[in-house]
Amino acid sequence: MLHMVVCIKQVPDSREIRIDPKTNTLIRQGVPAIVNPYDLNGVEAALQIKEQVGGRVTVITMGPPSADKALKSCVAMGADEGILISDRAFAGADTLATSYVLAKAIEKAGALWGAPGIVFCGKQTLDGDTGQVGPGIACRLDYEQLTYVEHIESVDVERGVVVVHRHLEDGVERIRAPLPVLITVVSEINKPRRASLPGLLRAQAYQPIVWSTADFEDLDRSKIGLRGSPTIVSKTWVPEPRQVDTEFLRGTPAEVAGRLTPVLLERLRMTQGA
Amino acid sequence: MSAPRFDAIVVGAGPAGSVAAYTMASQGMRVALIERGEFPGAKNVFGGVLYRKPLEDILPEFWKEAPLERKVVEQRLWVLGKDSVVSLGYRSARFKEPPNAWTGQRAKFDAWLAGKAERAGAIPIYETVATSLIRDGDKVVGVQTDREEGDLYASVVIIADGVNSLLAKSLGVHREWKPDQVSLAVKEVLALPKDVIQERFGVEEGEGVTIELIGETCGMAGLGFLYTNQDTLSIGVGVMVSDLQKKKVKPYQVLDSIKQHPEIQRLIAGGETKEYAAHLIPEGGFDAMPPLSGDGWMICGDAAQMVNAAHREGTDLAMLSGRLAGETAVACHATGDWSAGGLGAYTQAVKESIIHRDLKKYRGLHSLLSGPQAELLFGALPQALNDAAYEMLSVDGESKRDKQKRAAALLREAAGGTAGLIGIGWRGWRAMNG
Ligand SMILES: Cc1cc2nc3c(=O)[nH]c(=O)nc-3n(C[C@H](O)[C@H](O)[C@H](O)COP(=O)(O)OP(=O)(O)OC[C@H]3O[C@@H](n4cnc5c(N)ncnc54)[C@H](O)[C@@H]3O)c2cc1C
Repeated sequence: MLHMVVCIKQVPDSREIRIDPKTNTLIRQGVPAIVNPYDLNGVEAALQIKEQVGGRVTVITMGPPSADKALKSCVAMGADEGILISDRAFAGADTLATSYVLAKAIEKAGALWGAPGIVFCGKQTLDGDTGQVGPGIACRLDYEQLTYVEHIESVDVERGVVVVHRHLEDGVERIRAPLPVLITVVSEINKPRRASLPGLLRAQAYQPIVWSTADFEDLDRSKIGLRGSPTIVSKTWVPEPRQVDTEFLRGTPAEVAGRLTPVLLERLRMTQGA
Repeated sequence: MSAPRFDAIVVGAGPAGSVAAYTMASQGMRVALIERGEFPGAKNVFGGVLYRKPLEDILPEFWKEAPLERKVVEQRLWVLGKDSVVSLGYRSARFKEPPNAWTGQRAKFDAWLAGKAERAGAIPIYETVATSLIRDGDKVVGVQTDREEGDLYASVVIIADGVNSLLAKSLGVHREWKPDQVSLAVKEVLALPKDVIQERFGVEEGEGVTIELIGETCGMAGLGFLYTNQDTLSIGVGVMVSDLQKKKVKPYQVLDSIKQHPEIQRLIAGGETKEYAAHLIPEGGFDAMPPLSGDGWMICGDAAQMVNAAHREGTDLAMLSGRLAGETAVACHATGDWSAGGLGAYTQAVKESIIHRDLKKYRGLHSLLSGPQAELLFGALPQALNDAAYEMLSVDGESKRDKQKRAAALLREAAGGTAGLIGIGWRGWRAMNG
């Protein structure tokens, strides 16, 4: 049976985020936590595959105990199990340490329900925006990595191949890859479903599995948490707004056109001259 | 998979619904609490003042943990003239320990109260709209929701879905409210620093003032309010929908003009608008109350028009009715009798409570406010009272006797003669003591 793992993260709802004008950092206090939206696309993709070819879906997150809410909302959508990796020792992780721990957890989940054929991640998180965790996991697990996937054309479990479309800046790339793969998804891939009522009720009663450092046998302590995180944020700043000269032309369309034409011609001459 | 089944379903996690759910869940019943908002309170609106008594009876000393703004130590009534105000107020240290009432914000308070029900064991079903009741003959047996496989069954459905009550309409116990049975209220929340608020209103940290406003509503039946929160002010006005229709005035225009009043300006100046909201208030009173219970159902709170508009009491009656419905359900759960007869105990309990007694007392208010006197009460009289006060208080060489006469004449004139003045006084008294 095809085992799929989706890595998710609870993030502050960026629609509600403000920036502290004094320190230039995000004000996280009082901002509601949501599941990183791209991760929900990952959950939806896994559920659709499960509906088409069968299988089971495990959702994994590393975070504080309160992140169990994020797992429950994925269970409400239809995920089979949710695993919370939570321990003070994991705190302060950058993308390097995070992908190390998630890779370990995926292996561990594989021991329970079979080595995952597909691991899903969102293309990036709303709060970190790096897009590094997915590829980091793929490297550690030695999975093929398919990033920015906007469509999954087919999954053939017997032959062990997937065909996906990657969303690139200048076009779409169609790729066939052997399982196992790690897929990071863009929001165009699907519309995450709303939980059904039975799903919601199941999630209410569901207790996610919690793994702390003690639950991992071969964890390299130097690779987790703050110690395993070489990234240093040396400075953050709000970029100066770019200076753009704006002129509003008012009047009837004919008047506006009459005034716009010479301006455009002037601009054209200037750029050609330069 | 068979459809989920509960002992009770509560629709709406406002004050009425959450208290009903809490009452039942804490007695071990299996309760589902359905709420359409992203979380309880997300979209709920009130003035607002929360009272101690009705909730204290259920959650003793709740104020030590509930998210409340300021305890109300002073209540004022302002009768507005065009650029003046006649004010009446009461301030007392007796309102401090324990407080009689607090100002509050629904987004925080409702979420907290529903959390209490959840912790007692009620199953939260949020971001879910109850679309209709499921019936078996005359009996209500469940609720349909807008989710996939969204049917839920229970022995009783408690309808606490607020003033617009879709479910009570689908039950057929009431139709759309008539335009003179509801007010449309608009409200703004204005941000101001704490110390500025305390200085302007003359209160200490944690203490607050409420001001009810009458007059300057273009002669329409309506009341304004200005309440102090921690670091915001709530200002708003509710006007009877039939009057808004007649005068073709938009409610926010009324609020804007109240905000421009010089005496209000002094208090709100510099406040930055943080929220803007609109909501209906049931104003039909006693005679608009629908039947409250039947085979497999009960109705609480705004859905049953349980609002005492003259005293801006709604949340308290909602909570009390929620408790009475919850207690009735607990009793029926013990006997297994969910029939109209068994649940009729709720209707009886409401009849014996202050909900009935207070609404009955103010029974006449609705017809007074929707009648021809409204224009006088909310337009000419407030202005005349301000003019009379000006006459009485200005020292301009005229004798006091003449001044008194002139002041009385102003009021008489506004009311259309002595008989008119006596008449309106009498009708007003009757309306509030019916
Ligand atoms: C401007 C204004 C000022 C007020 N000032 C005060 C005041 O100062 N003090 C006071 O005590 N009262 C005041 N009130 C009245 C008070 O707000 C109400 O009486 C009280 O909220 C009623 O509580 P309720 O639980 O019956 O309804 P509501 O508080 O309206 O709660 C109903 C709940 O049901 C949910 N719901 C509705 N339909 C559905 C559905 N189909 N499916 C699922 N969920 C649904 C809603 O989202 C809502 O959460 C004021 C009202 C207004 C509008």
